[in-house]
Amino acid sequence: MAIDDRFTRDSQETGEREVTGTRSEIITGPVRDWATDFSHLEPEWSADPYPIQDDLRQRCPIARTERFGGAWLPTRHEDVAAIAHDTERFSSRSVILSNFRPPRELAPVGGSPPISSDPPFHHDARKLLLPAFTKKALARYEPATRAFCRSLIDSFAGRAVVDAAQDYAQHIPMRVIADMLGFPPQDGPRFREFVEDLLEGINLPPDERVERVSRMFDYLLEQVHDHLDEPRDDLTTYLINAELYGRKLDPSVVTGAMALLLIAGIDTSWSAIGASLWHLAKTPADRERLVAEPGRLPTAMEELLRAYAPVTMARLVKEDMHWHGVEMKAEDWILLSFPAANRDPAQFDRAHEVVIDREVNRHAAFGLGIHRCLGSHLARMELRVALEAWLERIPAFTLDDPGAVTWSAGQVRGPRTLPLRIGRPLAPSPVSHDA
Amino acid sequence: MKVEIDPGLCQGHGRCYGLAPALFREDDEGYGQVPGDGVVPPEAERDARLAALNCPEHAIELAEEG
Ligand code: HEM
Ligand code: SF4
Repeated sequence: MAIDDRFTRDSQETGEREVTGTRSEIITGPVRDWATDFSHLEPEWSADPYPIQDDLRQRCPIARTERFGGAWLPTRHEDVAAIAHDTERFSSRSVILSNFRPPRELAPVGGSPPISSDPPFHHDARKLLLPAFTKKALARYEPATRAFCRSLIDSFAGRAVVDAAQDYAQHIPMRVIADMLGFPPQDGPRFREFVEDLLEGINLPPDERVERVSRMFDYLLEQVHDHLDEPRDDLTTYLINAELYGRKLDPSVVTGAMALLLIAGIDTSWSAIGASLWHLAKTPADRERLVAEPGRLPTAMEELLRAYAPVTMARLVKEDMHWHGVEMKAEDWILLSFPAANRDPAQFDRAHEVVIDREVNRHAAFGLGIHRCLGSHLARMELRVALEAWLERIPAFTLDDPGAVTWSAGQVRGPRTLPLRIGRPLAPSPVSHDA
Repeated sequence: MKVEIDPGLCQGHGRCYGLAPALFREDDEGYGQVPGDGVVPPEAERDARLAALNCPEHAIELAEEG
């Protein structure tokens, strides 16, 4: 039994900081005017945010709301890029816009480094993880990912309609992350609960939120213990042994990084895979083209990421200031919409159309600046393999009932119910891609 | 033509080494690198332009020669 007293219960409890911070009044209900009262948590936004964003881009272009204790929503690419690059004036102390602002003293580390960190700490926390997330390092997960995608498709045998969100897209990132972290593969569904609790439970009462979050950390601590007893070649063991400033990491940093990978890596890829299949189901010309010319998939994928960018982030304004025509106050939220930036006609020709062979595509789906998605190479591998495996076996598919498609609410947007009519999947091909 | 990556701007999006692996590669942390002297053979000029036009951080500089 390994002894590592960083991870005993006691040290966790005494290490826990008292939760201070500021709570604002919870305001829900229909939006009166999107320019002055926006809310990304209302059903109209999750159903179809693009017309709202397009309208605001012309009218404002930085919208305001008094909900969440005050927030701004820039809609032009130029403004989104400027904020993402300006870590002096905009803090990542909390990247989930809610009615709770964590205490200012939490900066520059934040609750889940590196996503919640500002310079100079951010760089160190990120550097720790970067080598594990290069394209080269991630290639080793590709064959297992492909085999897993194929096994999901095998399980569709005999069904004319499958839910591509629930029965396919969702499982792929869960399995890959479980693999990377060395968690039991069958725990996937628990990760999903954790993610939902954190991302979709924003307007729950604080006590309930805290309770749900601690459930996740209990689980992660269990996994850490398992790895202390039995170290293996995976990301959990890597984090337990990693050093920063000549010292091993604080337990809260280890479990925090694990939590971040679960939270940042599941909903996001799930959404991207689902939105891509949704688009291809309702756009036969694009689907047929990719089936006929699979080599175009990498280019097509970037366009699907641009048009249906799943991730919106948040920032907190550091000091009162006049910024691009509006009066920002310290502690105002910014809803940093990469999806809105990606549809700005000033940046993209035919911005509101999916141009499946768009070659010049400087999209911001993975963010811009120092917080560029750490998992972008992983996400691209998952998306490519998921679509390749699907198109190979299910070249023809349509939406079974467009009205039955549902989308997640909040800052990560993607289909959560996606019934597709698939006919009969083709038999597995005898020639395999990955050998 | 010559290509160069401004390391002050590059954030490791990897569009360059995805689109033009003959001209760019990733370092151990995923940042883009130009192996060698950055001189682009004529048949790779289109790839070089494509990479530059797709870099989300505008970190790739192209210098056309005389
Ligand atoms: C299509 C799928 C994905 C999209 C669209 C996406 C998008 C993003 C965006 C926009 C950011 C920037 C955050 C900011 O500026 O505040 C980000 C950061 C991050 N993402 Fe992703 N992501 C995806 C998949 C993943 C995966 C699979 C993982 C890992 C397993 C991951 C891990 C992270 C981490 C750790 C950060 C924080 C990086 C930092 O702050 O330095 N993401 N992601
Ligand atoms: S595309 Fe740009 S940001 Fe990405 S690795 Fe290449 S140079 Fe760096």
